[in-house]
Amino acid sequence: MYELIFFGMYAFVLVAAAIGVIASRNPVHSAMFLVLAFVASSALWLLMEAEFLAMTLVLVYVGAVMVLFLFVVMMLDIDVKSLRTGIMRYAPIGIIVAILSVAQVWSVVWLRNSGLPVMARPAAAPADYSNTKELGAVLYTEHVYAFELAAFILLLAIIAAITLTMRRRAGLKVQNVAEQVAVKREDRVRIVKMEAESD
Amino acid sequence: MLTLTHFLMLSGVLFAISIAGIFINRKNMILLLMCIELLLLSVNFNFIAFSRYLGDINGQVFVFFILTVAAAEAAIGLAILVVLFRTRSSINVQDINSMKG
Repeated sequence: MYELIFFGMYAFVLVAAAIGVIASRNPVHSAMFLVLAFVASSALWLLMEAEFLAMTLVLVYVGAVMVLFLFVVMMLDIDVKSLRTGIMRYAPIGIIVAILSVAQVWSVVWLRNSGLPVMARPAAAPADYSNTKELGAVLYTEHVYAFELAAFILLLAIIAAITLTMRRRAGLKVQNVAEQVAVKREDRVRIVKMEAESD
Repeated sequence: MLTLTHFLMLSGVLFAISIAGIFINRKNMILLLMCIELLLLSVNFNFIAFSRYLGDINGQVFVFFILTVAAAEAAIGLAILVVLFRTRSSINVQDINSMKG
């Protein structure tokens, strides 16, 4: 019973935040609503006993990805007004598509459940059960190749993001570290032999 | 009682909202990226709900990989956005027409 109340509360916050994301005038507000949506869904994932992923969602998404989004939104000087012109022309078809897809999903879920026994909720895991341990046991054995591939994708993303955004502007006085390190004594110091002077 | 149906319906609603968002904000590229994040979140909901109700941890492993790929996608997408804004000084999708597609 309490679970149902919790679910209802967080589901309401999640749906409201998702509507806020798509309907806000300001992209910064949209990003903030997306943060709220991620936090609410992290609570719902805790309800489904996916503790590790719930924490990962908060740390990775709210902590890293959304900060990146906010950084880009605030860095770019976006003309929001021109982006919002003609927004109402496509709103009706968007809402129709949304209602259709909700109707389809709900009808499938609903029809499968009507008359059929509802899938029983599994018993809660014991107190000493570790979701992280369980996930790690599968991740590093069965899915180890996929895990390494994921690491490679992240490396690729780092390199791609850096090479895309890096630029060299002409006339910039920057240090060439390699040249500085490779410098030899002969390049800097000149020893002059001369007669000792006496007065 | 909290059943699988509740979670599936919630994820369906979330999916539909983000599809409507793609239709409505079809000019603003940042909001398109945010809507894609929401879409992936609703898919993750399905994976975790089924993983819980079928008692199979592999669903959560899949969510882990989706999170990885989504983070990489967001990073590269935003980098492309920054480069685009530098050259075009606009993030309107309709301004990206140099390939005449």
